[in-house]
Amino acid sequence: MEEDMLREFLIETYENLEKLDSDLLVLEKSPDSKSTLDNIFRVFHSCKGACGFLGLSKLETIAHAGENLLGGLRDGAIKMNSGITDVLLATVDAVRKILSCVENYKNEGNTDYSNLLKNIYECQSGGGKPDERIEKSSVPACGEDDEMTARVKGLSKAQSELFENIVCEILSKKGSLMPEDIEAALSQCMGSEKEALPCKEPAVNTVTLSLDNLEGKSEQKGQNVADSSIRVNIELLDKLMNLVGELVLIRNQLLQLTSGTDDGGFISISQRLNLITSELQEGIMKTRMQPINNIWRNFPRVVRDVASTLDKKVRLEMHGKETELDKTIIEAIKDPLTHILRNSIDHGIENLSQRIEKNKAEEGLILLRAYHEGGQVNIEIIDDGAGINIAKVKQKAIKQGIITAAQASVMTEREIANLVFMPGFSTAEKVTNISGRGVGMDVVRKNIEKIGGTVDIENRPGNGTTVKIKIPLTLAIIPGLIVTSGGDKYAIPQVSLLEVVRLKADHSKNVIEEIHGTPVYRLRGKLLPIVYLNRELKLSGNEHVDISKDDDINIVVLQAGDRQFGLIVDVVNDTEEIVVKPMSKQIKEIPVFAGATIRGDGRIALILDILGIAKLSGVVSEAQDRWLMEKSFQNTKKNDEIQQILLFKTRNNGRMALPLSKVSRLEIFNSSDIEKAGKIDVVQYRGQILPLIYVSSILPERRNCIRETVSNKTDFDTSSVNFNLQVVVYSSEANKCVGLVVDSILDIIETNFEIQRTACRDGVLGSAVIQSRVTEILDMENLVKKINPSFFNA
Amino acid sequence: MDERQFCTFYLDRLFFGIEVTKVQEVIKFHEITTVPLSKKVIKGLINLRGQIVTAVDLRTRLELSERQDLSYVMNIIIKIDDGAVSFMVDEIGDVLEIGNEYFEHPPETLKGIARELICGAYKLKDRLLLILDTEKVLSI
Repeated sequence: MEEDMLREFLIETYENLEKLDSDLLVLEKSPDSKSTLDNIFRVFHSCKGACGFLGLSKLETIAHAGENLLGGLRDGAIKMNSGITDVLLATVDAVRKILSCVENYKNEGNTDYSNLLKNIYECQSGGGKPDERIEKSSVPACGEDDEMTARVKGLSKAQSELFENIVCEILSKKGSLMPEDIEAALSQCMGSEKEALPCKEPAVNTVTLSLDNLEGKSEQKGQNVADSSIRVNIELLDKLMNLVGELVLIRNQLLQLTSGTDDGGFISISQRLNLITSELQEGIMKTRMQPINNIWRNFPRVVRDVASTLDKKVRLEMHGKETELDKTIIEAIKDPLTHILRNSIDHGIENLSQRIEKNKAEEGLILLRAYHEGGQVNIEIIDDGAGINIAKVKQKAIKQGIITAAQASVMTEREIANLVFMPGFSTAEKVTNISGRGVGMDVVRKNIEKIGGTVDIENRPGNGTTVKIKIPLTLAIIPGLIVTSGGDKYAIPQVSLLEVVRLKADHSKNVIEEIHGTPVYRLRGKLLPIVYLNRELKLSGNEHVDISKDDDINIVVLQAGDRQFGLIVDVVNDTEEIVVKPMSKQIKEIPVFAGATIRGDGRIALILDILGIAKLSGVVSEAQDRWLMEKSFQNTKKNDEIQQILLFKTRNNGRMALPLSKVSRLEIFNSSDIEKAGKIDVVQYRGQILPLIYVSSILPERRNCIRETVSNKTDFDTSSVNFNLQVVVYSSEANKCVGLVVDSILDIIETNFEIQRTACRDGVLGSAVIQSRVTEILDMENLVKKINPSFFNA
Repeated sequence: MDERQFCTFYLDRLFFGIEVTKVQEVIKFHEITTVPLSKKVIKGLINLRGQIVTAVDLRTRLELSERQDLSYVMNIIIKIDDGAVSFMVDEIGDVLEIGNEYFEHPPETLKGIARELICGAYKLKDRLLLILDTEKVLSI
């Protein structure tokens, strides 16, 4: 942190000093130029301020003295003359010297500036021309050549060279010079030429001057920070970005052209152009990238201020400061992040007394994390506070009329936690100046969604909250899927895209079902709301993309906020890098478009705003509608829940079933593969240890005791016979796997069944009539717990 | 004597003018991409050398009779703050230089949409040149 600040200070001050030299000369010529004087004054002033902050006391003193002198000039108390200009220039040189010292050795150097200071004070008080001679000795001797230095010092050239070498060595070893080092070095030189030093005093002066030379040399060796970076107007970068955007489009056009030609030379040239364009695009993109720390930098202060206002102790930790984001995005997330942070301190972290009561550390912790993942940037704000009180949120939300009691009763905890993003919601008992007005979190979400991001809350009651923000890396050029609907092409940003489902014409009959007029599709056993793009956009003439017709159906499965839905389009064309161009304000207000892009063939394609479409079609809407939809889904599920289930046989001809969604694979193991881990049989499976559960031994048939005894006799004796085991690999939500040993797999069927008897024994949910046979539905969670209670714990 | 230059055009036999300083260029019919769900006056988007330009049909805007054939349309590209828009007109006339003394505000009897969009008329020898207020035309 300090390093960064120092670096920035150096860059900025070097840059200011550049201007200062010329400004000072202008000032000498026209001493009345107020603006020039103000400029110079400002440079000294800000330099002084930063020095105090960074603990550079020497520099601060000099800058302060310079500032005072300039202050006098500004007020008109002192008249400008060439003497003062000299002193000021000397001051600038001194500042520059200290800066290079700071940059290279991380200290201010040992050069004594008391003479310079004295000159400055003299100018200030007398306003007269200071003694030229004194001044000269204090002016760093950057401009003087080796000859001169040597003569003034009374050292021969050879001596001074030797001296420089020695000092150089000391410097590189220790990083700083002590007077004794210099004396030692000097006497060494003297000894070599048998020349006595006139006295001690000049010797120290020598050091000052020689050091100047040394530093001049070391500067030449390594570029200083100011030379390695330049400031560029952001407008210029934007313009470059636009031009690269154009180039990308032209590249796309050219590539389309190449696909229809056999001209080898042309193809190879366009391929090279393709490569270079991509590289250029990447490079320009990088210039706009900034570390997230640029906005995080202020956060320690924000946290400290907010915490002290609230009388709380909060520590802020930041991980992933170097994570880079496009500048426009960085700016867009600054306010939302600050808001979440304040919220976390105000609502998340408890009071001191509460924390002590709960046996937590007095000091609350807020952790900011940023990292790249899958072309997106994740930012997490994690606090170790009280978490969200679900009951309280529910109660408040009902009271504030955001949801009804009936809705609240069917909402999941996660959904309730996310209610804090609803407009007008606030749980704070009283309004503080930090939060509690009920505006804010909804704005946070709106702002983040505006730049194509998502925000989600993870609640750990009693242990804190995590706010997760996902945002795209950049906005300007994004990968997109081109689709056709109603004859026109549209682009879908790839970030919203989950998958594309294509249903062949002969299969597509009745695949899209309806719930009271609302189309849905069963995607792997789950209902996916379906939206017709042509209907949403009210495209005329293309009504025939209906379910019953003979066309293939293309469903683009999209993610909008925390919802998924399928968008039916006529044709799925291709993925393409699209350059997002803003639209004029006359059409900006249409919520379903995020912008427009120019495609390879020069035509314009509108970019769909997935969230906008979801809202328009009612997939995502205010909590009420959402709840209604959810309820309608639940109702249908209850009435005729069609599930894919796996049917299998136990050894006593008993039939059992397991929902297929929980089954990850069906495997066959040889009995010789079975090993023992403690009391449990295990096999090695894909580099993991897979515990085995024998269904027949755990759930013995009760219907027939005799059969059971028979089966017990032949209980798997792994040592004697070699035989194959049919294993159903079942995976829990935490991605833990367990192998279920069954006798044989009967079938996988799709059926709607009703569990008729409630659980008659542990490990069984109940029975149902499936394929006109009574079948037991396994309750895997319980079954596994029965064997190993701690299995599902992490 | 003050003189101003106007880019003139025809719409349904009416003669209109826009100050020439506001006009970027005039182009012939250009392929247009319709914007679903947009207002009726917005005919769509035009790709003008990489710049995306919104096309406004002045016939619809001025509530004149509906255009039959889009392919003879001319586009007057107007510079605005955040880019450019295109006014779709029937035919382009000359650029005229007219003295301010011929200008007159519209009569009180002018009603409806025309009152809002027409800020006045220049009395030419044989006909009237109606001056459009481009900003109002664009505040759709």
